[in-house]
Amino acid sequence: MTTEARALDRRGVGGIGSVEVLAGLLVLLVIFRGPLSGLVSGARMQTWTTVFVSVLVQAVPFLVFGVLLSAVIAVFVPRDFWARALPRRPALAVPAAGLAGVVLPGCECGSVPIAGSLIRRGVTPAAALAFLLAAPAINPIVLTATAVAFPGDPEMVLARFLAGLIVAVVMGWLWLRLGKADWIRLPHRPDLDGMPRGQAFWSAVRHDVAHAGGFLVLGAAAAATINVLVPEAWLQSVAAQPVLSVLALAVLAVLLSICSEADAFVAASLSQFSLTSRLVFLVVGPMVDLKLISMQAGVFGRRFAVRFAPATFLLAVLVGTIFGVVLL
Amino acid sequence: MNRQAQAVVLLLFGGAILKVSLTDLYLRYVKEGLRPLLIVAGAVLVAAAVMTLWYSWRNSDDHHHEPRVGWLLILPVLGLLLVAPPALGSYTADRSGTLPIGDAGSDYPPLPEGDPVAVGLLDYASRVVYDEGRSLAGRRLKLTGFVTTAENGAPMIARIVVSCCAADGRPIKVGLEGGPVIDAPAGAWVQITGVYSTTLGKDPVNQADIAYLKVEQWQPVTPPKQQYE
Repeated sequence: MTTEARALDRRGVGGIGSVEVLAGLLVLLVIFRGPLSGLVSGARMQTWTTVFVSVLVQAVPFLVFGVLLSAVIAVFVPRDFWARALPRRPALAVPAAGLAGVVLPGCECGSVPIAGSLIRRGVTPAAALAFLLAAPAINPIVLTATAVAFPGDPEMVLARFLAGLIVAVVMGWLWLRLGKADWIRLPHRPDLDGMPRGQAFWSAVRHDVAHAGGFLVLGAAAAATINVLVPEAWLQSVAAQPVLSVLALAVLAVLLSICSEADAFVAASLSQFSLTSRLVFLVVGPMVDLKLISMQAGVFGRRFAVRFAPATFLLAVLVGTIFGVVLL
Repeated sequence: MNRQAQAVVLLLFGGAILKVSLTDLYLRYVKEGLRPLLIVAGAVLVAAAVMTLWYSWRNSDDHHHEPRVGWLLILPVLGLLLVAPPALGSYTADRSGTLPIGDAGSDYPPLPEGDPVAVGLLDYASRVVYDEGRSLAGRRLKLTGFVTTAENGAPMIARIVVSCCAADGRPIKVGLEGGPVIDAPAGAWVQITGVYSTTLGKDPVNQADIAYLKVEQWQPVTPPKQQYE
């Protein structure tokens, strides 16, 4: 929207607001429906669209669940609850929050708004970040899926659990030592305090779905593009080299952005790769991927995401490799 | 973007999710088990939209600016309502190597009754590769999949195997030998009746084993409701 349009929008009556823009857009879409759907008739474009909508459809229930929980935290859980529930010393609150991630079933899209909501409610950012990383990586559904996908290698489940938890907790501690509070810029959310609870709840839900959901769309589009562009033959040629294969699968985990409940099956099917490189794939995927980076940049600000995502990536590759070498 | 526009976008998004989950469209994108969650999520989105409109109708003075990134939610609405792209098929099968068969254990139970008996492609391939066809010997089999072309131009059939959503879809391919020429175009769904063959091929993309089936007869069929395995 231009400044002018925004000014008009603010004035409301008589101006062109976003509702009018939306209505106009929808009318145009209905008129040009034929040529538009013709645009996506090629096999590659169709595959792109299928992957794009399926990443979104898969993520929507988890996004909505995460947003509802985050609205409950914002509106119904009293401010002093977290101060009482978590250990007072931040260095202890971090592992406690990391372990709390174990009980939240869901994929990563839900945990971003929850972590944002925890910070708003006064939870120390280090603990909220440990929770953000741990919840999608080591919850029971993900561990069960890993056990099912690797029936011959039960130590894979243990390695994934330990490596995921350690990365989450160490990242929390790193944030305590090195993080700066002004790197995190939570988006302006309408002030909920003055509102009746019902209105505050729905206001938080609406805002978070539009916000986190918008960034999820960006991430899904990026993942679909990678899915269509990267030929599988490339992967085959690096699988034979031990160091390169670890790095390749770590990067692939970031690019593919598969939800953490499914990534074990994908890892299992990459059977030309070593178990260690596949463990790294499973440790990196739930913590750093295109849709997560996009959502983190949206929910915590860009200054946060450009530091947090690369640091998490390096640590996850390192810890994953160590556990792979020791345990597998 | 103001709240009313946001509410309309949420309404469309929730409506699109409800539409694909109440019809069979969602099966093109995700697993069957997600359906109840999708219905609940769609209903929550619609409720959030309705409540937003209700509150903004009651106090009309708010003109807060809401995140513009929310406009992007229009894209999946268009994707689902306008385009409704098909399930993954022969394009994916051409580009990706066949699923490497994992050993499901030593125990392959006998096939169910029936002549011919319907067998899934993944089931067939693992019985061929790991059970050396013991549980298949002497049975007439019925396999359903879409036609795809091997590197040498010979037709194969394939299904896409999905463990969570179509983004992780990988093909499972079964080679065909003998029998009548299969002159259906790539992507067309066929049902093939045949018997176990000892031939094993390699997928050029990822060097994984491809099981073969000796064709007795084939017929075109309409695509099944659940196209993934």
